[in-house]
Amino acid sequence: MPDAMEVSFVVNAGAVQVTTHPMARLLDVLRTTLHLTGTKEGCGEGECGACGVLLDGRLVNSCLVPIGQVNGSSVTTIEGVASGEQLHAVQQAFIDCGGAQCGICTPGMVLAAAALLDLNPSPSLDQIRIGLAGNLCRCTGYMRIFEAVVTAMRIKPAS
Amino acid sequence: MRSWLAQYEMRSASDLGEALDLLSRWPGEWTPFAGGTDLMVLLEAGKLPRRRFVDLWRINELRGIAASADSVRIGALATYTDLLTDPIIAAEFPLVAAAARETGAVAIQNRGTVGGNIANASPAADLPPALLVYGAALELASSRGRRHVAYESFHFGYKRMDLAADELIVGVTLPRERRAQGERGAGWQHRETYRKVGTRRAQAISKICFAASVDLDGGVVRDIRIALGSVAPTVVRARSAEESVRNQPIGSQTIAAARLALRADISPIDDIRSTADYRLRVAGNLLEELLS
Amino acid sequence: MPPVPAIGRAIPRREGVAKVTGRARYVDDLSLPGMLHGLTVRSPVPRGIIRAVHYGAGVPWDEITVVTAADIPGRNVVALILDDQPYLAADRINHAEEPILLLAHADKQLLEEARRLVTFDIEPLPAVFTLDDALSGAPIIWGENNLFKSYFVGRGDVDAAFADAPIVVEGVYETGAQEQLYIEPNGMLAVAGDASGVTVWGSMQCPYYIHKAIAGLFAMPLERIRVVQMETGGGFGGKEEYPSIIAGHAALLAWKSGRPVKMIYDRAEDMVATTKRHPSRTRHRTAVSRDGTLLGMDIDFMIDGGAYCTLSPVVLSRGTIHASGPYFCPNIRIRGRAVATNLPPHGAFRGFGAPQSIFALERHMDRVAAAIGLQPDELRRRNFIRPGQVSAVGQVMADRVDMDAILDRALDMADYHQKRTRFAAANVAAGRTRKGIGFATFMHGAGFTGSGEDHLASIVSVEATADGTVRVLSASTEIGQGTNTIFSQIAADALGVDVEAIEIAQPDTAVVPNSGPTVASRTCMVVGKLLETACRNLRAALTDSGHLASDGDLRQACRAYVRERGPLRASAHYQPNEAARWDDERYQGDAYGSYAWAAYVAEVTVDLVTFETRIDDFVAVQEVGRVIHPVLATGQIEGGVAQAIGWALYEDVVWREGRMANSQMTNYIMPTSVDLPPIRVHFEEVPYQHGPAGAKGIGELPMDGPAPAIANAIAHATGVDVRRVPFTPEMLAHLVEAAGA
Repeated sequence: MPDAMEVSFVVNAGAVQVTTHPMARLLDVLRTTLHLTGTKEGCGEGECGACGVLLDGRLVNSCLVPIGQVNGSSVTTIEGVASGEQLHAVQQAFIDCGGAQCGICTPGMVLAAAALLDLNPSPSLDQIRIGLAGNLCRCTGYMRIFEAVVTAMRIKPAS
Repeated sequence: MRSWLAQYEMRSASDLGEALDLLSRWPGEWTPFAGGTDLMVLLEAGKLPRRRFVDLWRINELRGIAASADSVRIGALATYTDLLTDPIIAAEFPLVAAAARETGAVAIQNRGTVGGNIANASPAADLPPALLVYGAALELASSRGRRHVAYESFHFGYKRMDLAADELIVGVTLPRERRAQGERGAGWQHRETYRKVGTRRAQAISKICFAASVDLDGGVVRDIRIALGSVAPTVVRARSAEESVRNQPIGSQTIAAARLALRADISPIDDIRSTADYRLRVAGNLLEELLS
Repeated sequence: MPPVPAIGRAIPRREGVAKVTGRARYVDDLSLPGMLHGLTVRSPVPRGIIRAVHYGAGVPWDEITVVTAADIPGRNVVALILDDQPYLAADRINHAEEPILLLAHADKQLLEEARRLVTFDIEPLPAVFTLDDALSGAPIIWGENNLFKSYFVGRGDVDAAFADAPIVVEGVYETGAQEQLYIEPNGMLAVAGDASGVTVWGSMQCPYYIHKAIAGLFAMPLERIRVVQMETGGGFGGKEEYPSIIAGHAALLAWKSGRPVKMIYDRAEDMVATTKRHPSRTRHRTAVSRDGTLLGMDIDFMIDGGAYCTLSPVVLSRGTIHASGPYFCPNIRIRGRAVATNLPPHGAFRGFGAPQSIFALERHMDRVAAAIGLQPDELRRRNFIRPGQVSAVGQVMADRVDMDAILDRALDMADYHQKRTRFAAANVAAGRTRKGIGFATFMHGAGFTGSGEDHLASIVSVEATADGTVRVLSASTEIGQGTNTIFSQIAADALGVDVEAIEIAQPDTAVVPNSGPTVASRTCMVVGKLLETACRNLRAALTDSGHLASDGDLRQACRAYVRERGPLRASAHYQPNEAARWDDERYQGDAYGSYAWAAYVAEVTVDLVTFETRIDDFVAVQEVGRVIHPVLATGQIEGGVAQAIGWALYEDVVWREGRMANSQMTNYIMPTSVDLPPIRVHFEEVPYQHGPAGAKGIGELPMDGPAPAIANAIAHATGVDVRRVPFTPEMLAHLVEAAGA
């Protein structure tokens, strides 16, 4: 491939190195090269949030991030949210409250919720709505998801 | 992904000099690439016409928001999130904060940049109307030197702008001096308004974007600045409407005159998001709301 | 000790952990050694004749597998109701984006370049894009008269009722297309060969639809076809019939290349090429007495089926039967027509024709009330159909329904009467916003229409395993709505075990019997009932064999049985309800075994500066029989209401020359988390004797009520008469201006 570059970064606390075109989407590198298929593609235009991951702790749409810009950074995908078999409070709350239906938006939604709670440990309902506004869900109407975030917030007090 | 990456090239610039050097050696060949929130969408759709990109993301000197006594300088790589978390922007430039809040959602706000938004030159962009109201100036750099241009004269046609092939937008300056005018008489009233009309309330592309500030003295319009997006080939300052009401008392006659004058400022069209008729009517309504 | 019954409890979603950890496997998460990617080259024009195909230079064409109609080993038709739709257009194009040829290569990006290099010489033909042009037959594009299907149903003497009527109210109502917009786009992975047969894995609702379609496409016996459902990221009807096409395309490429082929649509392709909700137009003429008794209803319901028949007759049927709503009227005439246009075929979408005709009726009912000076709720109360009364198609209502109570509950929860008065008073004052509150009352037939279930003859099996768990074998798919979980509950209670003892087999036609499609709100009520029966049969078999005492441990009994005698499987076959009568010729009789009944209330604010509508509160009260899982059921209602709010306010398919012009999520806008009101859900539970543990269908119901409730609220707020879905700000601006001028 012309213009291939070596990119080193950290995924879910493990160092990785890939050789690829610098404009390859982070999404494709995660899914195809690294076989981390938990990150989903819903629209390819930064609209739906299904490809959401944390890049240096901040929520991004991995379909809009060229891999060249990830060099030296740290990425958290849905596979890195739980600690082994111990689910993150947000994940557990999504199960308990019915926040996941078809599940395709869930990885991005869980990361968006976790990122929100990291920045603001006790968000208001409006802040929850705003924090999740870039993650589209067609199944739930969002109500169970809001409840899940509120529940997670109570389970996991400000750390 | 509909593009064939083999047809594209990207180089990462480690500092501003390197980026400007690349731009000046092959003028027009390299396109600056910042947060990617517009360009990556085109890449995905197989509609990215430019082939060579210089990645600016690592150029730290383009980041940051800094205030001096008379101005605030926003680095071209400042993100919407940076704007939203800056206390001076929040306190003194609420229309900029509002625009940042209404652009995309968190994931976009974490990546989209001020410079990228301006250079993308979308007439539907949310930030430019706010910048126009505040009389922003752009700082442009090339290996030939630096220059400042008033933002109002920067865009001069659909996706056309006062930016040479070797130039890069490096910063945006917002003057603070108008803040000093604050203490006025008892009849003095200052209003600022930002309305993004996009039908849904997040992740929308504007059908109309309306930003304005107005100073009233005893019910008479003194200073007024109005800017709109999505109603012309570029974002526009509504100079005719402003002129029609300056030094006029607020009232139904003034409003009617302003609505009429606004028609000279904007030229909305029908597209897949809305209609010319709706845009014209609502732009007038927003103006009326400002003056009511 | 018998376990605590699972039904009625909010047990954790069975595949919940897999979904929240990213371990759930969707089709695009699969890859096989040597796999190619496939894509579809589509028609750039809505109608025409293909004269030539050109493969432009720039890619190594010798490396690319190309499939055209000439390569098809079997029949070039998508087997469904009529055999009018080809898998690949051979010479005639009937809609924009119609598939013409298929390409496969290992490099997906190179394949995209190849797609751009394929060009066609097409002789264009005049095309039809509107209902009116389709009806006028200029030109004829399908059959003899552009008509896929017509129904005439009704009873009484409608003409006489109108001749004597003191008041007649008329109105025409329209609805636009709607994209299902599941967040996982369509996709399939196929392997195929003369020796191995065809196997496809994919995102789907109906494995056996694909099974049948592939068999015809390859002229292969059914037993050589295998269809496996992967985790499916939403369907809403959009993955009912269209996946048969994608599966066939992927299989054709796999068969020709000799390699596995994965074909995943991107969002733009999924939106521009696959099915949407049928656009509709309904004309109502209603004769009513001065006291508000319905005397005659004359309804003309029409849907746009697009270029091929697909499921349009069935969508039309449901829309027609639901067109007169939950009301009794002695004289009813409903004409239903599905017409052909050169749009891509419209297809299944939650509600299946009913949301369209119910929108028209419920908006019209508010107008009838206004015409005779009656409150909207009072008009409905005077006409609700009651147990023992007869519907438009001659069904004697057997449900123990009390629509008055449902409406009371909904209006009470929404504080309707107080707000109705208060908003009307406040709206008189000048201001930039107007508030309104409105409602709709409606019902939705659960399961297939008429004798549909008799024809399907569904089967469910369960089998005891060596480790003592019981495995459920059904073709009903989990698409987010909770099939795995409610089936676990139903099976657990029927067997008398914990849900952990139940395993749900992945739908795989090599393993599970044909339980029919996952559509029509039938999974819980019909398939769930079969599952309950199959479980009882299994229990009986274990009891009869002496392995299970009356208070014995079923898991132990299973283990013992399998150890001693080998596999044990029990099944249940659908048994027609002998009491139900249905005449397919006259379209008369018991249209549905049961109905869900509902009253929905919407409270809105309309901004007169921007003409945007915001929904402030939403109340959804329904009677759905016994609720199997309260959280899943609530989630179904909330999600359906959200999808219907999208249809009502935001989701506008913009057509340009028969092609969707806004085929991006950026420009076709669905509700985000900040756009929806609190959705307050309440269930009345009247157990239904033929449903599992008394449950009925639920999935489609919430799509029906929101649009008319919102329209009625907007009318209350602004005084303008909203008659077309969606209620865009552009439309409201126009209506408000027209009313105010």
